[in-house]
This record gives sequence, structure tokens and C-alpha cells, in this order.
Amino acid sequence: MPVLELKVNGNDCQVLVEHTTSLLEVLREKLMILSPKMGCNTGDCGACSVILDGMLVHSCITPAMVASGKEVITLEGISASGELHPLQKAFQDNHATQCGFCTPGMIMAAKALLDENPKPTEPQIKKALSGNLCRCTGYKKIVESVMAASADNPASGS
Amino acid sequence: MALEVVGKRALKYDGMSHITGQSRYVDDILIPGTLTVKAFRSPVHKGRMKSIDTSKAENMPGVAGVITYRDVPHNAYGMEPDQPVLVEKDIRYKGEPIAAVAAINEKVAYAALDRIVVDIEEEEPVFDPLKAMEPDAPKVRPEGNVYMFGSEPFKKVYIGDIDEGFRKADHIIEETYFYPDMEHSALETQVSLAVPEAMGKLTIYTVSQARNFHLGMLAGILKLGGDALQCECINEWSGKTRSSWRGKTGMNRVRLEGYAVGGGFGGKNELHADHITALLALKTARPCKWRWTREEELLYSTHRGPWYVTIKDGVMNDGRIIARYVKSIHDGGAYIGFNAYAAGKFSYFVNGPYYVPNLRCEGYCVFTNKPVASTMRGFAVAPGTFAVEVQMHKIAEKLGMDPWELRFKNAILKGDQLVTRQVMKDPSLVETMQALAKRAGVTLPDHLMRMTSESNQRI
Amino acid sequence: MKKRGKGFAVGFYPIGLSGGGDPSQAIIKMKPDGTADLTIGSVDIGQGCRTVLAQIAAEELGIGYEQVNVHNTDTDTGPFCMGSFASRVTYIAGNAVINAAKEVKEVLLKSVCANLNASPEELEVARGIIRVKADPDRCISIPDAVGKATFADGVPVVGRGASMKPPSGGDPETGACEPCYTMSYAAVYAEVDVDTETGVVDVLKLICVYDAGRVINPALAEGQAEGGAAMGLGAALMENRIPDYPKMTYSPESFYEYMIPTAMDVPPLEIGFIEIPSDGGPYGARAIGEMSANAQAPAIVNAIHDAVGIWMTSMPATPEKVLRALREKDAA
Repeated sequence: MPVLELKVNGNDCQVLVEHTTSLLEVLREKLMILSPKMGCNTGDCGACSVILDGMLVHSCITPAMVASGKEVITLEGISASGELHPLQKAFQDNHATQCGFCTPGMIMAAKALLDENPKPTEPQIKKALSGNLCRCTGYKKIVESVMAASADNPASGS
Repeated sequence: MALEVVGKRALKYDGMSHITGQSRYVDDILIPGTLTVKAFRSPVHKGRMKSIDTSKAENMPGVAGVITYRDVPHNAYGMEPDQPVLVEKDIRYKGEPIAAVAAINEKVAYAALDRIVVDIEEEEPVFDPLKAMEPDAPKVRPEGNVYMFGSEPFKKVYIGDIDEGFRKADHIIEETYFYPDMEHSALETQVSLAVPEAMGKLTIYTVSQARNFHLGMLAGILKLGGDALQCECINEWSGKTRSSWRGKTGMNRVRLEGYAVGGGFGGKNELHADHITALLALKTARPCKWRWTREEELLYSTHRGPWYVTIKDGVMNDGRIIARYVKSIHDGGAYIGFNAYAAGKFSYFVNGPYYVPNLRCEGYCVFTNKPVASTMRGFAVAPGTFAVEVQMHKIAEKLGMDPWELRFKNAILKGDQLVTRQVMKDPSLVETMQALAKRAGVTLPDHLMRMTSESNQRI
Repeated sequence: MKKRGKGFAVGFYPIGLSGGGDPSQAIIKMKPDGTADLTIGSVDIGQGCRTVLAQIAAEELGIGYEQVNVHNTDTDTGPFCMGSFASRVTYIAGNAVINAAKEVKEVLLKSVCANLNASPEELEVARGIIRVKADPDRCISIPDAVGKATFADGVPVVGRGASMKPPSGGDPETGACEPCYTMSYAAVYAEVDVDTETGVVDVLKLICVYDAGRVINPALAEGQAEGGAAMGLGAALMENRIPDYPKMTYSPESFYEYMIPTAMDVPPLEIGFIEIPSDGGPYGARAIGEMSANAQAPAIVNAIHDAVGIWMTSMPATPEKVLRALREKDAA
């Protein structure tokens, strides 16, 4: 079994993986990082979205070894020293969660957008989130939250 | 006193937990030694299972236990218990669970499924409810393909005399509508984790939307209290009276626990996984987790069954609907579940928020060789709302009448009865339509804007 | 060519398991710091019933929303609730919470009678205090009241409540019965563009107005309405679990094949609530959970008819079906 070395939320990790292990399995089952969710396991719903070396990926269809030597950020890793990330605050204040299952992936997708485009338009937000399915909210309050967070954003999100 | 909390935009109770990723769903509950569960499902739509041999699967290294119908204390459940936990003989739909394995990981579990040997005699299925209603159709169930409500093949509810109404009507408008099979698609699939605890207790971490409802069903299946009433002294004191709870005891031996649920929409109102993980946990004496794949969820979980809705309306030139007949055919799939209930609920409410003095609704619950249909958001009402609301626009077109006027004219008002003869004490269709018109920039004539439900003044 | 159309549809939805006999219960206990533990059997599936029931408990007990803990984890410690379906929880469990709070208040009022030199009938619970109605300055804080009951009187500050519509049998001949508490009302307006060459229907706008009675939490009610609009849109245009119905030739196995709306599919939504109190709901509340997904499909179909003169009587109105209907209309 190969050894996978990667950085997750700032921590260096080493795990044993098989060639078929997905990044999602590494995060949830080996590292006990539970915010990325398994919604479909076929890369269609986005509930497993994480940021890999600055790029948003569906971790369920990302072979674990692809993350070798790279950095993964999940929802657990976006609040700097206990302070909520502006996106988290915006999601809370704008009532953008219902069942919460899509929330981790959705916030990561929004963060990936704001990291690249700190002041997106509404169509740009919708496009960036179109790979993250939500059955509860109808997306309206989610999009409003991202707009609110980008308005508060002094520079690119970090 | 002004309200302080009610009516306010209070931040969601679990909002903070969701946005920090701390919310715990059943799949997030990690217990050492948990086995992975997979189900062996019927490859055919309809058939008879002549034999099943799970020995090769049971003997595989890494397999802790395999269950078949033989392992189910009481193999029938449901609102009217007609559905087996695991197939004993008759297969009624493709994907119906026949056996389940608990293994150390997913790979071994899948491999074990491949080692289960079944001998199935395939039979001709019926998928079309209209065909299923014909006398020579393949029988989905021994009692026949149409649920009998007493001596009638439909749930009927009526008020007035529709034949008289149709005779008097200026126009008859008839149409059939179809509302499709839909899947809830909650982001979280069915997940269940059954954990044997000390003192013979079983904890099931569940996504159920109705834990108490399912506790009752599970008690009936697992019979953890045995056949008799739980306590001998109760038997003695109650003179060994017959109790409807006999054989369903043991509710204190099973505990359903849930935390965050990743969406329901009615898709988690029926037992999907809890009964099977429970049986495996009891057999293996280890925690057993079953997480349905998205494929299983889409193909085999409960779903909205399709409806054919035929509406025949007797309408006067001035727009009053004086007679309405609705025949609905609900494709319920293979078992009763909530489907007979649905035929009733549909008949009660299909007419919608209108006053129709002569009204007759007949709801058919039909069985086909497909996975069980069940509750989904708007259960037994959404298809009716669709049918009636398109029909109303059709009537308006036929009469050359404004569709708003038509609806106001027939709107239910305070004191009106529904087809069930339930009196409406607080209707507000009139006010809701007035509010919509305003927002949509539709200028309604004064006589419509002046109407109120309260005054019970028909226009 | 794109043709514009406008349409609307209305509807109603019953509250409660059809036929009644579906109880919900609540238990409230209070701690000496004036906070409350509300234990319910209702399941929060994302709709926010914990939030709404906590708000009702807080309002009834005269304490802050943040002071209410909600417990609804298991069937051993939680009281009975038939389930989170049939749009029943706010109404039925809400009333159960009110009843439980009533019992708690009875305990507290009885306990502080002597302190305030008044009979329980002369007292009322207000914001954080219990006071004499006729002389509001004579009051005691709720934490002190709980403390008095717990440590001086030695009584539990606990209340139980339940709510249930008795089972309605039904006349065997006419089917007459009283299957539900009452109804909520809906009216939805849709504006669409129908592309006559591709059959694609673009929903440009959805306006949804609901009478859900007194809205306990407007943000959560909006959430239900917005999510429902998306689900209704899916029903109207894209969702079909058996595409070749009634034949079982093909069944979608993934979200790539079973289409549900994404952020790019949901049109601008305008949601409105008129709050006409229900007869019997907590604070006059009705329900919103299911009705919010029902009227979009007929509103869109009626808008399609307005645009291109075809009646899409079979859902969903996929591009293929729309084109077929357009061709049939042209041929006729």
C-alpha cells in the first residue's frame, strides 16, 4: 500500500492508501475530517467539495494519490484562529442553511470563487456554485450570503 | 403584549453547527469495530425465489454475518403489514432486498454479495397501472392489483349529485393529467447505524423523519419483547386479554437516535435500512452501518408514485363549476405502504380551494412491479393541484373568461364545505390571490379586490 | 423564436396526518438560572422545527430564545411525535409546546404566590419576570422563581403538553370526515419564455404568495418557500424518475441523469406571506413545508399555454414534449 503524504488544514499527514482510495475517503475515514460529505460518490452533487492546492475539487472522484505533496483545505480549516470566515458569518446571518448537508461543500465552492474573484456578480456566483446541489434552500439565501461576504471582503479571501 | 421571539428572524438553532462543519449526521458517527452492510437485491422485476444459499458468503474471511428471511423474527411490516424485510418467496420489484451482509469493509461486503446463490424463477411483470387494472394482468400481489376499500376498488368521497349537476351544466370539460414519478433527492441518502449496547439493548442511529412511528414498526419486526406481553404480571392482571400490542413489545429494548438529518422531503418516512442494520447488529453483536449509494437511492428508495388524474367538470356560462368528477389512479408500486392512505387523501383534497356543490372523487390505489411509492413533499395533493389548476385555466379559455375571475367566482369562502363536508372556518384563497395579483402587477377589477373570505359573499 | 407567457396557479394544503390520530408531545423543564430544556419527539430534517419550537417555548415562558435548549435526539427520552411530515410540526408540536409551557407557568405562579402576595390568577409571566398584573413593580425574576420552586418548595419545574386531532372515522357511504385541522393557501405566478425551435422553457420569474398564518420565523418560512419553488420548478421541467413511463426501459442512476435544479436553474424568486390567522394554530400559524412546492408546475404550464397555446397536461414539460405538442398543434 502506498503512503500518501499531504497537508490538510495546515497539518502534515501521512496515510496508507490503496490505488482506488478517494481523497474523500482519506479525509473522512483516515483523518476523521467529517465536514466533506458523501452525497453521490460520482462527482455530481458537490457535497464533498474541498480545495486542493487552491483549486476546488470533488474529493469523491479525486484519487487520493493525486493529492500527494499537496495542500487540502476543508471547512474545518477556513476559520483563522477561531474567528469565523466572512463566508461562514454571512451564511449564518443570512439564514443560508437548512439541513446543512450541502453547506460544507457550498462554502468551499464559494471560498474558491472569492479567492479568485473577490467581487463577483450574481451570475458569476451562480455559475461558481452550479456544481453544488442543494435540495433545501433553492439557493437564494446562499447566493445572497456570498454577495454579502464579498461586500465585506477587504481583499481576496484567505 | 407585543411578541418578543415569535415572528422574529431568529438564527437557526443548528445554524452555527452547520456552518462550522460540526453537525453530525448518521454517517459521521464513528464507532470502533463498525461493520459495513450491503444488500443483495433481486435482479428481476418479478419472480419466485426457490432457494437461497448464503453459506459461501458467510464463510468468507471478513464477513461477520449474513441475514435472510430466516433471520427476521416477524417478516412483515407497514401501515398494513404486507411488506417483508427480506424476500421469502415472492419478488415484487427489481432491487427488492433478499439478503444482507455485514463485513469488515465495503470491498469484502461487495465480494460477499457475489457469493450468494439464489434460484429465482422469473415471471412476467406489470409496470403500467392501467394494464395492472385489467383482469388478466400479472398479479403483483395475491389479493389483486387494485386495493379494495371495503367492497369498492376505489376510495370514494362525494357530496351532492354530480349526475344532476352535469345535466344542468352549460359545458362539460374533461381532461386527463399526468404527474410523474419523482425522487426526493435529499443530499443525504438513507444511512443507518445499529449498535448493540449493554443489557441486550439496541441503539439505531437513524435518518428517520418519524422515529416514534418507526419504533413501533421495528418493535413489530424485531419482537424483542417476545410473543407475550412483556410482563407476566400484566398478563395475569389483565386476564390474559388480547392486546393489539402483543408481539410488538420491546420498545424499551430499541432506541432510535438521530442528530442532524440531511434532508427528508418525505423520503425518510418509511423503513429503508434500520430494520436490516438492526438484524445484522443483533446477529453479529457488532455495530453495523449501512449507507445507501446514490444509485440505490434513485433506483430503490421510496419515491413519489405517478398519478393519472381525470377531471370531468360541469360548468355554467357564468363560470360556476356546479359539478366535478375526479378519478385518480395512483401507481403505488409493489406494496401498500402509505398508498391506500394516499388514495383517500387525494380524493379529499383534489378539488382544491374551490366550492363545488356536486362533487365526487374516486381514488384508485394500483399495484405494479416497481419499488414502493410513498410520501414526497405535497403527498397526494401536488398532483391534484397540478391537474385542477391547469383544468381551471382550460375552463377559463373555453368560456372566454379571465382565469382570475373564474377562481374568485368559485373560491372557497368561510362556512363552505369541502367534499368531506368539513367546514372551512378560516379560508383565505381570496386574500392570497389578491396579494399575488398585486405583486405580479395584475390589476384586478374592483369587485374581485373587494371580496373577502370572511363575508361569504359569492360573486 | 422565443415567446413570452404569463400564468398562475393557486392551491391549498391540509395540516396534519389525513384522518387525525397523530399526536405530538413536548416536555419542558427549567433550570435555576431560568433557562429551559425543551424535549420534543419531532425530527428536524432541515426545516428548522427546533428553531420554531424553541421560539414558541421562549415566547410562552418569557425568556430569551438563546435560553432554550432543544432536545430531540432519541425515543427513550423524547416524548411521542408521529413524525415530520404532512406539514404538521409547527401547528401540532407548536400547540404541544404551548401546553407544556402552560403547565410550567402554573408551577411557577403557584410557587411565587406567597412572595408576591397574590393569587396565581393575579399574576402573569412577562419578559424575564413574573409580576402582579395590577401592580407590575411587584415582581420576581424567572430564575429566582425557578430557584424558589426547586429549592424552597422542592417541586419540579416541569410541564408536559400534547396536541392531537382525534381520529376521524369517515362515513362508509359518503366518505364524509374531518381529516385535517385546517389549510394553508398558495398562489404562484410564473413568467416564461418558450423557445419554439428547441422546446426549452425558461422560467424568468416566480412570484409565490402564501398564507401560512402567523409566520413564527420569517427567515425559515422564506427558506421553505424558496426551496419549494426550486422543487416545483424541477417537477415542472426536469424531474422524472421513470423517463419512459410506464415502461421500465431506463432508470436514472445518478444526479447526472436525474436532473434537479442547480443555482443556475432557479429564476429570481419573489416570496410573500399574508398572515391570516388560522383557527387553532399556535399564534395563528398554519403550515408551509409542502404547499410551497405544489403550485409552480401548474403556474408554469399555464404560462406555457399563454406563450404558445399548448396544454402540457403531462409533467415534466421537457423540451421534447413541448416540441411534440407544438408540432401537434401546428398540424391540427
